[in-house]
Amino acid sequence: MLENYLPILVLVGIAFAFAVAVVILSRLVGPNKPNDIKLAPYECGMPLLSSARDRFSIKFYIVAVTFIVFDIEVAFLYPWAVVFKQLGWYGAVTMGIFLFVLIVGFVYEWKKGALEWE
Amino acid sequence: MPEWLIIGLLIVAKLGLIFMVLLTLAAYLVLAERKILGRMQLRPGPNRVGPFGLMQPLADVIKLLTKEDFIPARADKWLFILAPGLAAVTALLTFAVVPFGPPLTLFGHQVPLVVCDLNIGVLFFLGLSSLAVYGMTLGGWASNSKYSLMGAIRGLSQLISYELSMGLALVPVVMLARSFSLTDIVMAQADVPFALVNPLAFLIFLISAVAESKRIPFDLPEAENELVGGFHTEYSGMRFGLFFVGEYINLIILGSMLTVFFLGGWMGPFLPGVVWFSIKVLFVCFFFIWVRGTMPRLRYDQLMHFGWKILLPLSLLNVLLTGALLLWRQG
Repeated sequence: MLENYLPILVLVGIAFAFAVAVVILSRLVGPNKPNDIKLAPYECGMPLLSSARDRFSIKFYIVAVTFIVFDIEVAFLYPWAVVFKQLGWYGAVTMGIFLFVLIVGFVYEWKKGALEWE
Repeated sequence: MPEWLIIGLLIVAKLGLIFMVLLTLAAYLVLAERKILGRMQLRPGPNRVGPFGLMQPLADVIKLLTKEDFIPARADKWLFILAPGLAAVTALLTFAVVPFGPPLTLFGHQVPLVVCDLNIGVLFFLGLSSLAVYGMTLGGWASNSKYSLMGAIRGLSQLISYELSMGLALVPVVMLARSFSLTDIVMAQADVPFALVNPLAFLIFLISAVAESKRIPFDLPEAENELVGGFHTEYSGMRFGLFFVGEYINLIILGSMLTVFFLGGWMGPFLPGVVWFSIKVLFVCFFFIWVRGTMPRLRYDQLMHFGWKILLPLSLLNVLLTGALLLWRQG
């Protein structure tokens, strides 16, 4: 069973070697003359105004939290989908109840305005 | 020769070949995109290097190799180094499960035209596409530049949002094929491709695929004219090259996945399977370029609204409807 994954392991090796090789090659071929200005973060030609380690909108966190809930749901749907026909109506109704609970939460979130970006 | 040696050699030969073909294809896809976009904007596109600009990819590689490759002073050094590699490696790895032709008989051996036909191929694809998000996010965060950070956060939210609809669009496919193996999914489309069986899932997957490829109209993570490149603003030389290669290989992967899941994979009359597969994948890639030449960029609120309020409910509804229809027909 596990030997099925052998080609993938080889491919990981090849891909990784490729990535390392091109970066090393470009280090060898390209020039390397760093100076303070060049190493500073990009700021449209001006001196640095503010740090990048700043606060950003909370909405991105809400998206992440909602994503986790739905992603787990999708992961739960997959095994169900494979044996869907064997399970028949019993499986469909069970999953329907599970989805209903989730959709109620989703509607609540929607109504609360968590999905608004204005 | 002992049996295991033949199998081992076949694996290495196949991997090497696929690797080279993928990289070449990605390089020429860049040229094709520039040419097609050029034509769509009534200009010739690159045509100086070689006949019809055909040597342009080679020139680009040489240029990227001879550029200075530096790490910004404020950057998180190790993550900065790791990120582009992660982006390229995950993109290259995904191709491992794509079946690009029917099994071939070579020297009396059955050679399946897929690196390895995992019985969890669909999950492998989704898992790696989730991992690919890390390349972009870590790269943007580690650069320690506000443009990169903005690009990375935007991209992160966008990719995970559209990943949901993409995953949900695949549930009907798994229901119909009753397998996670991509080869089985293609086999299940011998009569009718799933794009015709379940057009809604096809449409949702197509839109999510464009969003996952971070291309116009969903190119907010790199929006050149406001974020000057977004998450890869601070990258130069071949590190930028790795992001770039990863992006175009990702495009090929998404084209392959659309082909495998919805367009019947290698199935088709008259021509050999590999040819059919290539035609379909290249057509999907052309479609992506076409979209880029046609559409304006979305606003970020429009992007999020569309993903969460339209695509997600629609794909959930599609799962339920497909399930009900399948059971109803079964009786």
